Amino acid sequence: MTTTTSPTKTTSVAQPSVSLLERFRVPGAFLLGAVLLLGIAPLVLSDFRLNLLAKYLCYAIVAVGVSLAWGRGGLLVLGQGVFFGLGGYAMAMHLKLADAADTGQTLPDFMQLYGTSDALPWWWKPFANPAFALAVTVLLPMAVAALLGFLVFRRRVKGAYFAILSQALAAALSIWLIGQQATTGGTNGLTDIQGFFGYSLNDPVNQRMVYFIIAAVLLLLMAAARQLFVSRYGELLIAVRDSEERVRFLGYNPANVKLVAYVVAAGMAGLAGALFVPAVGIISPALIGIVPSIGFVVGAAVGGRASLVGAVLGAIAVAWAQSTLSDAFPAAWTYLQGLLLVLAVGFLPGGLASLVTLLRNRRTQTRTTPTASTAPTGETA
Amino acid sequence: MTVILNQSFTGISIGAVLLLIALGLTLTFGQMGVINMAHGEFIMAGAYTTYVLQKSISSAGLSLLVALPLAFLVAGAMGALLEWLLIRRLYTRPLDTLLVTWGVSLMLQQLARDIFGAPNVQTHAPDLLIGNVSVAGVTLANNRLFILGLALLCVLGLTLILRLTSLGRRIRAVVQNRDLAEVSGIATERVDRTTFFIGSGLAGVAGVALTLVGPIGPTMGTNYIVDAFLVVVVGGIGQLKGSVITAFGLGVLQSVLEYSTTVSVAKVVVLVAIVAFLQWRPQGLYTLRTRSLA
Amino acid sequence: MSGLGLIVRDLRVTFDGFKAVDGVDLDIRPGDLRFLIGPNGAGKTTLVDAVTGLVKATGSVRFGGEELLGKPVHRIARMGIGRTFQTATVFEELTVLQNLDIAAGAKRGPLTMLRRRKGTPEPVTKALETTGLTDLRDRPAGVLAHGQKQWLEIGMLLVQDVKLLLLDEPVAGMSHDEREATGELLQRVSGDHTVVVIEHDMDFMRSFARSVTVLHAGKILSEGTVTEVQADAKVQEVYLGRASEPEPAAIPVAEEA
Repeated sequence: MTTTTSPTKTTSVAQPSVSLLERFRVPGAFLLGAVLLLGIAPLVLSDFRLNLLAKYLCYAIVAVGVSLAWGRGGLLVLGQGVFFGLGGYAMAMHLKLADAADTGQTLPDFMQLYGTSDALPWWWKPFANPAFALAVTVLLPMAVAALLGFLVFRRRVKGAYFAILSQALAAALSIWLIGQQATTGGTNGLTDIQGFFGYSLNDPVNQRMVYFIIAAVLLLLMAAARQLFVSRYGELLIAVRDSEERVRFLGYNPANVKLVAYVVAAGMAGLAGALFVPAVGIISPALIGIVPSIGFVVGAAVGGRASLVGAVLGAIAVAWAQSTLSDAFPAAWTYLQGLLLVLAVGFLPGGLASLVTLLRNRRTQTRTTPTASTAPTGETA
Repeated sequence: MTVILNQSFTGISIGAVLLLIALGLTLTFGQMGVINMAHGEFIMAGAYTTYVLQKSISSAGLSLLVALPLAFLVAGAMGALLEWLLIRRLYTRPLDTLLVTWGVSLMLQQLARDIFGAPNVQTHAPDLLIGNVSVAGVTLANNRLFILGLALLCVLGLTLILRLTSLGRRIRAVVQNRDLAEVSGIATERVDRTTFFIGSGLAGVAGVALTLVGPIGPTMGTNYIVDAFLVVVVGGIGQLKGSVITAFGLGVLQSVLEYSTTVSVAKVVVLVAIVAFLQWRPQGLYTLRTRSLA
Repeated sequence: MSGLGLIVRDLRVTFDGFKAVDGVDLDIRPGDLRFLIGPNGAGKTTLVDAVTGLVKATGSVRFGGEELLGKPVHRIARMGIGRTFQTATVFEELTVLQNLDIAAGAKRGPLTMLRRRKGTPEPVTKALETTGLTDLRDRPAGVLAHGQKQWLEIGMLLVQDVKLLLLDEPVAGMSHDEREATGELLQRVSGDHTVVVIEHDMDFMRSFARSVTVLHAGKILSEGTVTEVQADAKVQEVYLGRASEPEPAAIPVAEEA
């Protein structure tokens, strides 16, 4: 049994030597991010700007989840506003109740205005308990995502169908919230939040504390997501994205693989919504409907959906551009936002991160052997 | 009993609007697997066409009659242009197309704002379409009846085109098997553009119809687009009869629920019903059977 | 480890009234290298689809004593049945090593899944050697040549620890040398495993088949060794009688899906 082009030819392959730079690239970048966010930003930014940054970082937290679900899992999550909103409302309900209790009231202010009864609705009551409210901010979005994801993925509803359904969910939730003026504040949402677990949000020092919490949560979640990206699960997720049926024939249930990514992304969006409330002082239907839900995806698309750092920086940059431009030049901002989507998604699907990868590859390729193969994905940290 | 009939008629007229919008979508979604979020802005284009026409043609009836074909052409041309500029480059990436066309939709909305102003505008309905007729105690609004008739006419026209013309045969061939159609000598690119023209044109017609029941504004399309997509998803991609049944079904369900609960609860219940339905029929009401892996 | 046998009884698959598989009985003993041949539309691929749970079927398919029909695809796969497709489907953005590692891991627990892959699992190393892809382990699978992708797919089945391999036209589009190498690979693999190959290439079949089943119009036309089947008059009629429309023997069927 001799062969000419036998597939049994064995040669040992030398492991490519990993340079010191390469080895410490990721921890180094993480450290740099931590120094920037926790050290430098609070030093150089005014209270006002730091508070704005806190808001952008909340969007960045959502983008971490979007990067996992969409960038790696191929799930176009067009309804992240739902989870952001559930987290935000859960947090705001607790804070409103706490504010009311501080002034000796039993009902939040808006209920005294629009409410039909003097009693607190039953489903508001448990939110007086801070532990319950905090748990709900993350667990409720995850539960909703798990239910929808289970039903949808199990029946192999995917691609565009999934995108439309998740978008419809965002539309339905915001319409429902608007309809329940007496118990949810309707179009206004829950506004005018004064305190955060006993600390007054009018005090700049406490606002800074909120910023630090948000920045720390973002860094932690990025680390967690990074671990998911490089784990075996992360590789499997890419496999499911690219060929779901093939994965099925290898003995995996792709529905479960997708479900994990979707649920984790939902939890992150919920946490982001919860942190958004003390930073900005409001949560309303306008922040969670169809348009903002797509907005959550835009940042990740521009920065690079499959790249964690790209998605986060993209979300921050887009949020910054929006608040800087939209007041001064509302029309110009809308055109720019549309154009960004067309250009980034249409012609640079890897986002800006893919440009970085491209440049780095070109550099390493000229330095090392020209045969060095490089991953085609926008894998940058 | 009259209440039920009245509610049903309201539902059917909601369904007729949904159907007009979904017809074009099911055609483009079915043929190219492309979700065109700018479809809603083609509706808007049709509506503004009516508005502009009324400024030069004083007779409301005549301007409406002229508006129908003109809006079809205007919206159709916009659709064909969009297909040529962007969508044809993105056929292999349907989800990205969704986001790209959303970007286009944002720009078109802003364009409308810049041209016509942000506030809503109104058109005058022809006298004939104001008022009601009563049939067996059921009040039927004339404008709603007109929309229903228009929707059914569009379904009929589209069916005839698909069944009888050679263009229709080519479109169906591409829907069923794009690669095979291509090697059989069908210029799929031209078919795609024509399909997009027709589908977008129908959105323009829907826009004309919507001027009879509501205000015209830059964001009017967004309000309908998600519901219309749900019709396509439930009806089955590229399936006319599925869209017809689903549009009326969802319309009636919505209006009955609105009557017994509230608008916002009805929305949520309808969505739950759709998810439940997809458990039973994940590919929608009607599907094309293929052996492909996907 | 010796492969398990496959027992098919009265298998029927119907598409909108069209009987794609029409009452097939099949016994494939452990360690066999069985070729399924037949004209286009004979129901070969549909038969494999039914066994692997991709299409609904009636009748009975038993593997190692367990009924397969009615089980979801991934459960059947976990029982040790693996398949390839007419068009090679590997995960193009992942490396060869990652492809194999994923194939090896369907039974991994959640904790292992959440950890990073360290080193190369033993079965993966072996499969890399068997398929000759060791040098290409860190290449994205998308850049592999057509034949190499097919070998990678077979390698993925090997690390998947399957007992029954169902291969749909594994040598379509391969060069002569690649065919030879693949055939020898299959011969090595069978014995430990049960292998079923759908093939159009008669030369390839003659060189490597241990037993052959001929399907025609959803039914079994003939079965036996290569010589027996070749001598069968009914087979000659189907293949040679309608000489005007012969089986495209050596012409690879490209991109049928």
